[in-house]
Amino acid sequence: MSAFNAIGEDREIDRDEFTPEIEPQATWCPGCGDFGVLKALKQAMPQVGRTPEETLLVTGIGCSGKLSSYFRSYGFHSIHGRSLPVARAAKMANPDLEVIAAGGDGDGYGIGGNHFMHTARENHDMTYIVFDNEIFGLTKGQTSPTSPKGHKSKTQPHGSAKSPIRPLSLGLTSGASYVARTAAVNPNQAKEILTEAMEHDGFAHVDFLTQCPTWNKDAKQYVPYIDIQDSDDYDFDIHDRREASEMMHEAEDALYEGEVLTGRFYVDEDRPSYQAEKQATGDMPEEPLAERYFDDDYEWERSYDLLDRHK
Amino acid sequence: MTDDELIWRIAGGSGDGIDSTSQNFAKALMRSGLNVFTHRHYPSRIRGGHTYVEIRASDEEVKSRGDGYNFLLALGDSFARNPQEEAYYGNEEIKPLSENLDELREGGVIIYDKGLLDASEIENFDERVEENDWHVYDLDLRGLAKEYGREVMRNTAGVGATAALLDLDLDPIEDLMDDAMSGDVLEANLTILHDAYDSLKEDYEFTHDLRAPEGTNDEEQVFVSGSHGIAYGALDEGCRFISGYPMTPWTDVYTLMTQNLSEFGGISEQVEDEIAAASLAIGASHAGAKAMSGSSGGGFALMSEPLGLAEITETPIVLVEAMRAGPSTGMPTKPEQGDLEHVLYTSQGDSNRVVFAPGDPAECYRQTRKAFELAYDYQIPAIVLYDQKLSGGHQTIPESVFDEEPNPDLGSVVSEQDLEEAAKEAGRFKRYVYDGEGGVSPRSLPGQKGGNFLASGNEHNEVGHISEDPDNRVTQMNRRLAKLDSISEDLAENADHQAVHGPEDADYGILSFGSTKGVAEEAVDRLNEEGHSVKSMNVSDIMPFAKDEVTEFLESVDEALVIEMNATAQFRRHIQGQLGRFGEKLYSLLKYDGNPFEPAEVVSGFEVRLEGGADVTDHNVRIESATGD
Repeated sequence: MSAFNAIGEDREIDRDEFTPEIEPQATWCPGCGDFGVLKALKQAMPQVGRTPEETLLVTGIGCSGKLSSYFRSYGFHSIHGRSLPVARAAKMANPDLEVIAAGGDGDGYGIGGNHFMHTARENHDMTYIVFDNEIFGLTKGQTSPTSPKGHKSKTQPHGSAKSPIRPLSLGLTSGASYVARTAAVNPNQAKEILTEAMEHDGFAHVDFLTQCPTWNKDAKQYVPYIDIQDSDDYDFDIHDRREASEMMHEAEDALYEGEVLTGRFYVDEDRPSYQAEKQATGDMPEEPLAERYFDDDYEWERSYDLLDRHK
Repeated sequence: MTDDELIWRIAGGSGDGIDSTSQNFAKALMRSGLNVFTHRHYPSRIRGGHTYVEIRASDEEVKSRGDGYNFLLALGDSFARNPQEEAYYGNEEIKPLSENLDELREGGVIIYDKGLLDASEIENFDERVEENDWHVYDLDLRGLAKEYGREVMRNTAGVGATAALLDLDLDPIEDLMDDAMSGDVLEANLTILHDAYDSLKEDYEFTHDLRAPEGTNDEEQVFVSGSHGIAYGALDEGCRFISGYPMTPWTDVYTLMTQNLSEFGGISEQVEDEIAAASLAIGASHAGAKAMSGSSGGGFALMSEPLGLAEITETPIVLVEAMRAGPSTGMPTKPEQGDLEHVLYTSQGDSNRVVFAPGDPAECYRQTRKAFELAYDYQIPAIVLYDQKLSGGHQTIPESVFDEEPNPDLGSVVSEQDLEEAAKEAGRFKRYVYDGEGGVSPRSLPGQKGGNFLASGNEHNEVGHISEDPDNRVTQMNRRLAKLDSISEDLAENADHQAVHGPEDADYGILSFGSTKGVAEEAVDRLNEEGHSVKSMNVSDIMPFAKDEVTEFLESVDEALVIEMNATAQFRRHIQGQLGRFGEKLYSLLKYDGNPFEPAEVVSGFEVRLEGGADVTDHNVRIESATGD
């Protein structure tokens, strides 16, 4: 018998279940793209068939990190850049949970870049949503890792000399097995992509374009957007790493030229998840570790039985 | 110091197999009924560089390294760099014979490998031998090893020669070799062992008096290090998740856990950095596993922010910190106790954590268990602070220390039934209630029905929502900090972590923490034998601090010498900070040269201080006067 009876309930799920009992007034500005992420996620959950109490949403710091405050589930609002290591360990301790991590572009591609690279490399079965608004919002408008070259701000008064990070390419080279970009202004596609990302058995990286009307007024509102799957102008195989890589490169460049290319860029359904890899080598138990502590019949091993090697 | 003790030093280069050879020899001495303590000295290099292990063996209890040594097996550094003219590292090849040679006691024995070393390269070697009544046996260990096997087996030849000179039975040594190797390698080693043994017995005239002491142990002993104590304590508390990044000397615990977790159906993760390592432990614990992480000073610095996250989200974790000489990369393989304040206060905001500093392998075991128990009962980070000396130094302890029942209890976690009742009573589950008993508010686990909540690094209200309300802030801060008071009471009732040694009514005291326990106690024994009146207390409850016990100890003595392996008297400052008094009574004896204290250094430090002196000549230790309050 499981100690976690919220997991695997077979019932209808309503998107309203993901609205907190007492809904805190959002700290997001009117017109903020972050509302689009919240809405798309609430819509995707019933599609995936997971309930609030079998879902763990781990967020970083920034406007994006407040997602866990406005989304009802088990939530963990962690520290700047560290949502991924918290999330992936929770997934390993209890793989039956639906685990989602979320943060901003500074959080994920800047301070937490190392974790992004390694979590993608390990291919944990989880979804990572990066709120990409090309700016640091909560600290009032500093240049971020995805700000365009030449971006002027109080911390880069003469314009940034750095080329922006290529988030999709970084996800691909690091090992993410699902890479997509969507935009707050495209709610239907966002819902579909988040649904696919959660259903994907591996690390799904979603670069989510979230316009910042307060601190990034100069930037586009990410309209008009083009869905590369729907457009006849882009023909490439999302299962082919090389073709995907070229498409990503083009989309990353196009963004700074005013062309918003969204959609699925890479999907690898054959790559085993980290859990599967570890279980195959005997480095991870078949039964969720978290269940063991509630199993009264489990015979806990003792160090006393290891002492022969010390005699 | 016991009259009848062997301090056998095997010296060579890194990569010469010193470690494994000494382990087996130490176990052979243990099997012959002796108490054994080892001290390992090694450079931060893979191949080459003077390294040695001292094995101190006696029928009496041995708690520390000894003063110097009385038997030297000098293999020479076969991986030495070629000395250039005026190379700053000198001639490395000869160092295993020449370095610290003056610490060899009068009447001591030297075996050296004349296949590699030429004693005439050492200044006044013959004169010094004569002056100190040393007994020198030169053998071509390398030649012997090459004749029957490979060159690295010359350490086996050295052991054979040692056994011959000390009249040791070869059987236990052979048994241990049989456990460790097989096939041709075993055959070759056995041949070399016997050949060296026979060659000494037949071809050399013995002039020395030193023989192996004889001993008997009342109960079965095990040969373990502090790292084993920590790892086994964690396993017996049901810890089945560890995350880490390699760093000397913490890697010992990390490796031991990893090896055993794969057998015990647990999970070990090697991750990208220590920020991730600590964060993973938090994530695993949050989801319902008993989890730990750890590092040494530099890696622990990266854990600062996750540590604070665990404090404010009240996520139980155990971290271990294996100190080494700092600052920065410092001296990676050398012991020091310089991270005390780092561990106590690192991370922004008021710190709220448990810190234990065990003094020996048995204390490592018991206090790691207690650290887990407190962490999970009180939802607080607990840190086990130790150092390179305790990490790598092995000693014999009774196997019964580990004969304890496992405790996989998750502590203050609610069940789904509790959650159902909470829903009936209050409408919903409140994760962070104001009035939790002893400051503890029971937690739910993701996946439990009716338990969803937000854990946040931001200040939060009872249900977990971010809140900057002033009254809520004060209430939550006070509740979290109150957990340390509850833990203080828990420790006073259920634990006995401070080790007091020596006559109760002594006039003087020696205070230490962590791994200096053994050397302090041995110094106390010697000082009392010499007619002084002194006792020691080793403090393990660093936070919450053992206020009552230390106060009582300090009230009972005229003056106390605080010994610690750092340069700025951090532990003394901690005592004064915690107690707010005794400033006029506390003198310091500090050592920070990369080597642990020898008992003689504590003895002379004490005596010099007693006579009002400020300088301890001949030793790399420093006295610092009392400062007043």
